[in-house]
Amino acid sequence: MKLDKKIATRQSYGEMLKDLGKENDNIIVLDADLSTATKTEIFAKEYPNRFFDMGISEQDMMSTAAGFATTGKIPYASTFAVFAAGRAYDQIRNSICYPNLNVKICATHAGVTVGEDGATHQMLEDIAMMRVLPNLKVFSPSDDVETRFIIKEISKINGPCYVRLARLATPVIYDKNEKFEIGKAKQIGKGEDATIFATGVCVAEALKAKELLEKRGIFVRVVDIHTIKPIDKETIIKCAKETKKIITIEDHSIYGGLGGAVCEVLSEEYPVKVMRLGVKDTFGKSGKSTELMKYFKIDAEAILELF
Amino acid sequence: MKVTKIEALEKIANDIRINIIKTVYNAGSGHPGGSLSCADILTVLYFNQMNINPQDPKAEGRDRFVLSKGHCSPALYSTLARRGYFREEDLKGFRKINSNLQGHPDMNKVPGVDMTTGSLGQGLSAANGMAISSKMDSMGYRVYCLLGDGEIQEGQVWEAAMTSSKYKLDNLCVIVDNNNLQIDGDIKSVKGLNKIEQKFESFGFNVISIDGNNIEQLIDGFDRAKMTKGRPTAIIAKTVKGKGVSFMENNVVWHGMAPKEEEYKLAINELESNGK
Repeated sequence: MKLDKKIATRQSYGEMLKDLGKENDNIIVLDADLSTATKTEIFAKEYPNRFFDMGISEQDMMSTAAGFATTGKIPYASTFAVFAAGRAYDQIRNSICYPNLNVKICATHAGVTVGEDGATHQMLEDIAMMRVLPNLKVFSPSDDVETRFIIKEISKINGPCYVRLARLATPVIYDKNEKFEIGKAKQIGKGEDATIFATGVCVAEALKAKELLEKRGIFVRVVDIHTIKPIDKETIIKCAKETKKIITIEDHSIYGGLGGAVCEVLSEEYPVKVMRLGVKDTFGKSGKSTELMKYFKIDAEAILELF
Repeated sequence: MKVTKIEALEKIANDIRINIIKTVYNAGSGHPGGSLSCADILTVLYFNQMNINPQDPKAEGRDRFVLSKGHCSPALYSTLARRGYFREEDLKGFRKINSNLQGHPDMNKVPGVDMTTGSLGQGLSAANGMAISSKMDSMGYRVYCLLGDGEIQEGQVWEAAMTSSKYKLDNLCVIVDNNNLQIDGDIKSVKGLNKIEQKFESFGFNVISIDGNNIEQLIDGFDRAKMTKGRPTAIIAKTVKGKGVSFMENNVVWHGMAPKEEEYKLAINELESNGK
């Protein structure tokens, strides 16, 4: 598997939105003064009458999107993850999820891989916060191809969705003809020494670790969990049964994210030891994305240290 | 004797007030004060102004109403029942486990409820989304949004006000139920906004000040809002909290308390004696 071509999932999002806009007139896009960073500007340039810049008011943006959804529009609402899931949590909860409205919250700049902006802009709790909301489906795609699939597929789901996207350009993992299914994890490899459950920008890191481990005669499989909720219990349990070691890795707090979700499934269905890699109950900091992944031990090297 | 249009609407508002008291009494909890203050506003909207059909509550081209101050659900439910969206009998289930009439309005459970509300400050944003949608698709429907005067302490209301103005939503009419009281007391002493009219004016609204417990003034206000082009309207409706039940009027304890049996009888007697 070559991992040399890189693209940020926010870029894939912006480009896919433009394609979707052509197919479906009901798709509208809202942003909160970050369209150049979230890449919704790509849609805005093509469809200015279906793009709404709400200014720096994320709470207003979420509830406005809810109002749009009551009239049959399919709003995609975007800002940084810290402002979407964090600042507008109550609006997402009460105006979108409780009434089960058809709003697609696409949050970019998740995790420490935001980089230089530092802790205030590095959302590490969003998977945890979004996962507990009834009616909401939660996605965390790992590369360009998977992001395009999810952005398109959620337009066909009648209900609220949260998609976690990254600022950092990361390797393209899948062939453009790869088939995906909502709620179904992608298993890469069949190694039985360990399963590495990974999501978002950490999937490529897990794949790098997989190759390096093979050179040492250790054979692992990587499971890319792009749908955090509903989670693919079946694959998680199957892998726990088939492999000796279970590892999770994510650019998110070790509390309540992918690691938490995997532990919930396994503790109820097939109790085994789980090693969680993630940000350990601390805030992020400024630095280069790659430096931060190393510092917070959410890169390939951190996985190797577990063997 | 011929009953005038105004008198007929006053009678309906009184019926709605009776049902507000009955509904809150049966539930043993709820918010009578703010419900009574906005009963005339809802009466004029649902029986005189809005283009709606209770037999087709989801009609695409209907006018919309967002009760941003969702705790005044007894007023909304009593109005919807009186207008024929569901049986008045159902009001007895308010706040009870097997009823669709939740403490705060749920659009998926109650016919005629256009938006789920409850967490204050969010309704105007949702109303904006509906109003922009109406304009995008040239649907021509109007959107009404009722805010509490305590509620406008929420910052999101002003984020939304900027949006209403930016998109020149002349099909949007905001009503502020200006009864001057909130849970902790007089609004001025809790955290006064000062000069509500000027605030909305500076946000780009056409502002209309009226007595919000006066049917004739309400009709006139909504008619003027309809004729306004190029900007949204805010009707600042001066009301009396607890209006119609003398011992509840201007008394903040009735914000969120149900009457006991004696109080209930007194209130119903007073309302039923109106117009006799």
